[in-house]
Amino acid sequence: MTAPLHGLILAGGRSTRMGQDKAALQYDGRSQLERAFALLEPLVSRCFVSVRAEQKDDALRGKFPQIVDAAADIEGPAVGIVSALRSHPDAAWLVLACDLPFLDAATLQNLIARRDPSRIATAYRSAHGGLPEPLCAIYEPAAGAALAQFVAGGRNCPRKFLIQSATLLLDQPHAEALDNVNTPTELDDARARLGSAPTGTPRALRVQYFALLREQAGRRDETVTTSAATPRELFAELSARHSFTLAPEHLKVAVNAEFSDWSRPLNAGDQVVFIPPVAGG
Amino acid sequence: MSTFRFTPTPIDGGALRAELIDTHCGGFTCFEGWVRDHNEGQQVTHLEYEAFEALGVREGERIVAEACERFGVTQALCVHRLGDLQLREIAVWVGVAAAHRDEAFKACRYIIDEVKHRVPIWKKEHYVSGDSGWVNCERCATHAHEHSHADHDHQHAHG
Repeated sequence: MTAPLHGLILAGGRSTRMGQDKAALQYDGRSQLERAFALLEPLVSRCFVSVRAEQKDDALRGKFPQIVDAAADIEGPAVGIVSALRSHPDAAWLVLACDLPFLDAATLQNLIARRDPSRIATAYRSAHGGLPEPLCAIYEPAAGAALAQFVAGGRNCPRKFLIQSATLLLDQPHAEALDNVNTPTELDDARARLGSAPTGTPRALRVQYFALLREQAGRRDETVTTSAATPRELFAELSARHSFTLAPEHLKVAVNAEFSDWSRPLNAGDQVVFIPPVAGG
Repeated sequence: MSTFRFTPTPIDGGALRAELIDTHCGGFTCFEGWVRDHNEGQQVTHLEYEAFEALGVREGERIVAEACERFGVTQALCVHRLGDLQLREIAVWVGVAAAHRDEAFKACRYIIDEVKHRVPIWKKEHYVSGDSGWVNCERCATHAHEHSHADHDHQHAHG
């Protein structure tokens, strides 16, 4: 008999690389956690949010049904999955990271439709390398004992758990659906891709290009009408438009012919230059 | 006269040295960067330099001022060539005049090192093979690509 399918949104991560709570990041005026919950909840019998004990009552997580981490000694997302499987041992769990801004209902419906309850798990192949994606996957009740044993052996990578288990692997309907967002740069990029530029009044900025960026943009300069608030947001927008190969961590930025911070506010008429790695002499 | 300049025409080291001659100085050091016929295993045919001149001059002048302040030298000048350069041509020229040799050597070294790292100048190498590439940019872009994949592999390990 097929076990009922519950949903679990993982929101207990420490967001170290992002520097701010990833679950609270907003797209289109809604937090990632709310978006993920709204997507998953209609497709499962019960839906929960996985939290650390100290997050139970925070403003964002407090309003959702929760599975609180039951074992503080397990690192990373495995603890949330173990805790869910332990709390409802007769259920299967569709486990979802909260930081998947491009995830769509079709991707979840396809996973559920093609689920094989006789396997330990059903998961997608990563679009980046083909390994299983552990944080948009269905874990059957049998995964409870197996995963508990895996972590008891000192291992905590759910991807490795899926690799060594009898996991059914599926191709993703949309290659970008599981792209996640871990850094401020990726966040800017995701917002640009979702077409939800940060709020602000569009105004004209002047951008000059040099060297590799000039060649990739196919021009020396352009006037850009944009609501990008900072050089970081502007670069994400232009990078998407011109397919730049250099990442912002390799660049410096100048505003009005002086080196600038990536997060300074941009004003109408500002002259912006993104500076590729230099090579004088 | 500016202590850091760009020029689209060939650099004349002798003329620049004459700008620095000073009766208070007992030593002069000079560094010339030349266009070399190879880099990282590739045969180079010629180079192309491009600069963000407005910021480049500001940053270059700051570097020269830092060197004068730090090492107590009297006169220093740096000139960087732009445009297409052939083998043997001078790409960059640094000259320092000081009371004594020690500070002249140190300041000269400081200026060329800082200019290479801080001034927005870019170098495109053209190779015998017909290929070309922006130095420090192409490899960086490849690294960025690999990094994003590696990052993705670990994306979920630490939530």
